[in-house]
Amino acid sequence: MANLTCEIAGVKSPNPFWLASAPPTDKKFNVERAFKAGWGGVVWKTLGEDPPVVNVSSRYGGVDYNGMKVMGFNNIELITDRPLEINLREIKEIKKEWPDRAVIVSLMVPCNEESWKKILKKVEDTNADGVELNFGCPHGMSERGMGSAVGQVPEYIEMVTRWCKAHTRMPVFVKLTPNITDVRIPARAALKGGADAVSLINTINSIVSVDLDVMAPRPVVGGKGTHGGYCGPAVKPIALNMVAEIARDKDTKGLPISGIGGISDWRDAAEFMSLGCRSVQVCTAAMHFGFKIIEDMTDGLSNWMDAKNYRSLNDFRGLAIPNVKNWNELDLNFKTIAHIEQKDCIQCGLCYVACEDTSHQSVSKKTVNSQKKYEIIDEECVGCNLCALVCPVECITMVTQETGKPFLPWTEHPNNPLRKSVSV
Amino acid sequence: MNAMDSDYEKVFCSIADDFDVKKAMREANRCYYCYDAPCITACPTGIDIPSFIRKISNGNNRGAALDILSANIMGGTCARACPVETLCEAACVREKSEKEPVTIGQLQKYAVDEFLKTDEKPFRQAKPNGLKVAVIGAGPAGLSCAHQLSLLGYDVSVFEAQEKPGGLNEYGLAPYKLTNNFAQKEIEFILSVGGIKIENNKKLGRDFTLTELKAKYSAVFLGIGLTNVNSLGIPGEDLPSVIDAVTFIAKIRQTKDLQKIPVTQNIVVIGGGNTAVDIAIEMKKLGADNVTIVYRRGLENMSATHHEIELAKKNGVLIKTNGVPKKITKDGVEFETFTLRAEQIFKAIGQKLNLEVLGSEAQLIENKQGKVLVNSDFETSLKNVFAGGDCTGIGEDLTVTAVQQGKLAALGIHKKLKGDKRGQPNL
Repeated sequence: MANLTCEIAGVKSPNPFWLASAPPTDKKFNVERAFKAGWGGVVWKTLGEDPPVVNVSSRYGGVDYNGMKVMGFNNIELITDRPLEINLREIKEIKKEWPDRAVIVSLMVPCNEESWKKILKKVEDTNADGVELNFGCPHGMSERGMGSAVGQVPEYIEMVTRWCKAHTRMPVFVKLTPNITDVRIPARAALKGGADAVSLINTINSIVSVDLDVMAPRPVVGGKGTHGGYCGPAVKPIALNMVAEIARDKDTKGLPISGIGGISDWRDAAEFMSLGCRSVQVCTAAMHFGFKIIEDMTDGLSNWMDAKNYRSLNDFRGLAIPNVKNWNELDLNFKTIAHIEQKDCIQCGLCYVACEDTSHQSVSKKTVNSQKKYEIIDEECVGCNLCALVCPVECITMVTQETGKPFLPWTEHPNNPLRKSVSV
Repeated sequence: MNAMDSDYEKVFCSIADDFDVKKAMREANRCYYCYDAPCITACPTGIDIPSFIRKISNGNNRGAALDILSANIMGGTCARACPVETLCEAACVREKSEKEPVTIGQLQKYAVDEFLKTDEKPFRQAKPNGLKVAVIGAGPAGLSCAHQLSLLGYDVSVFEAQEKPGGLNEYGLAPYKLTNNFAQKEIEFILSVGGIKIENNKKLGRDFTLTELKAKYSAVFLGIGLTNVNSLGIPGEDLPSVIDAVTFIAKIRQTKDLQKIPVTQNIVVIGGGNTAVDIAIEMKKLGADNVTIVYRRGLENMSATHHEIELAKKNGVLIKTNGVPKKITKDGVEFETFTLRAEQIFKAIGQKLNLEVLGSEAQLIENKQGKVLVNSDFETSLKNVFAGGDCTGIGEDLTVTAVQQGKLAALGIHKKLKGDKRGQPNL
């Protein structure tokens, strides 16, 4: 059986699955249930300075799709609304009772050194394994100069990270906001400030939907609404890209990453790890289905690793990074075309109409013995994958074509006016 | 109203569980929204099924219902009575891929029923064009024709031989398919279009003649069905124990007290179609001990659908095949190779056209094998006399086929009288 133990920035846990800083980690009660269920660690919901914040009623919004609930999820909840001392006491108790689990404390205080210094000392006293600087929340706290208001200014990230490194022995994780244009810039700033790891992504600024009766954004608070942080399965692709950008950046490669963003099962987790993540953090999936999902996360990951002969997480971590390239490094002579397996085709015509209406008119439609027959016109197919993606029974495969042509990236393509001169 | 005693009400209640909004959504989301969808081709009225299902799933139920009703004004009855397992659901690609088609009939029932609850009357007669058309028979074909004609601006008089309009919807469909007086509610909805006048108890050949109508109206539509019962042609057929199934079903449909329907211990149904199955199940539900359907050929030749046969078995009906009836006695039926004891013997071996009602025109109208011949516009050999439904012998004897033929005949009438291309219904 594969070894799932995880280490990131000196923090160890029996498995790489942590609960992200969010409502599920706001209290000892929840964290205890999570650890009993088997979670490897938690990032305690963000602590701030007293007096505690006040939260609104009506806090979450969901995006359903074709009957599937919560494909996307957003929240307008702020940091913990419980007194600091209660949280600190409970963290200390938890760490004492569950010494093998990772307990990281998320923090968000005003942007001055004294505030950070003060709270760090208090957290150290809990024996927590580390801190995570919340530079990410896009709603509410950002209006008060915290959260993403810090995370969007690389100089602030570097400055606060440096303060924290100066005032604590604990490993410092910097949680990054996706609400920027290029995630490598804040990641480089965190590294420069001395961060031991980065966690990403925090939630994406969003209006999850509009209540057309009330004419207000959801979640509706007394007839009004505000933008909130978007997360859940829908954001995973955005998170994967940001993780990959940091993993392959010449400055930040090797910087430990705790991956976050729509992770719902072991496969999602394996994908984040293949792009370099050491641990992963989960929230929406747990909020949707409860803590029990950890069972399949560890079991599934372990079975998959066994099948692939990976004995530890190190064995496959980062394996996909070298294959993430800039577009201009891809082979323009690579050719793939679709193939429809006729015996599995159910004649729904979705491939045909998708290609006919919106792509390259490379699916033909015939009637043979009063039975519809859809076939790929090989000469017209550009290998876009669309038909294979829309086919509900997955009877369309993409088949790589031997062209005999050499590797040809855009940088060397004759159509590129800026191509490098190639010596023949 | 077909009043039902509570015990009977239970056993005679609708056989299908109705969808609530959650079930409807869940099922609607199973539809792949096929291109050039095979279910549309399989529907005799060509309802755009993927479109109405998508509208259900998107919370546009009004749009869904109007997609259905614009193509088939009896979408409510058809959702209940259609043999979907041989039509739309048989064609569903999910039937092909996983043997579980989208339950199109149930979704159609949901969409139409929800819409009817709103009491909206979305169809309106077009500006009257001054022409009058007579429709004979207020069954599915006649009412569908009348509705379409109204949408095109005609004033329509419908003549119905029975006490109530509806034809086989009212008198023929099994009561467990069409509960709560649905046929009459649907007719009320159809008539809300305006411009249609129904005269009940007006029988062709008795109260008026085709010749009179031809003189009085610009066109006449025959939706007269098949009212003569085929005969077995064996000794004993005239015994009082031998009963015509269609007439008896009508009696069951119309009774105010199901307890008064005579039910004996041993019943034999002769026939192999859905009518045979209907009467067999109804008699079983009414308390008969032994009900046996006897069909003269093999199971594969029975015209009752597989679904119907299974339903009969589920209700405890015995099915015997290759039983050719030889003689009926006061004790029962003697078949070629076996004899069955029976106190009631139902004949369900099909109906045929009653040409006599056409009077002097009966000699002039072209007909074949007891069915009226029509051209592609559903016009008969008599000028400006059109026909549709069971009496034409085109397609299967189904409500949905009759509705389509009534609709097409209306468009044929419009083409003939106004020289127009096929009209578009106006909402």
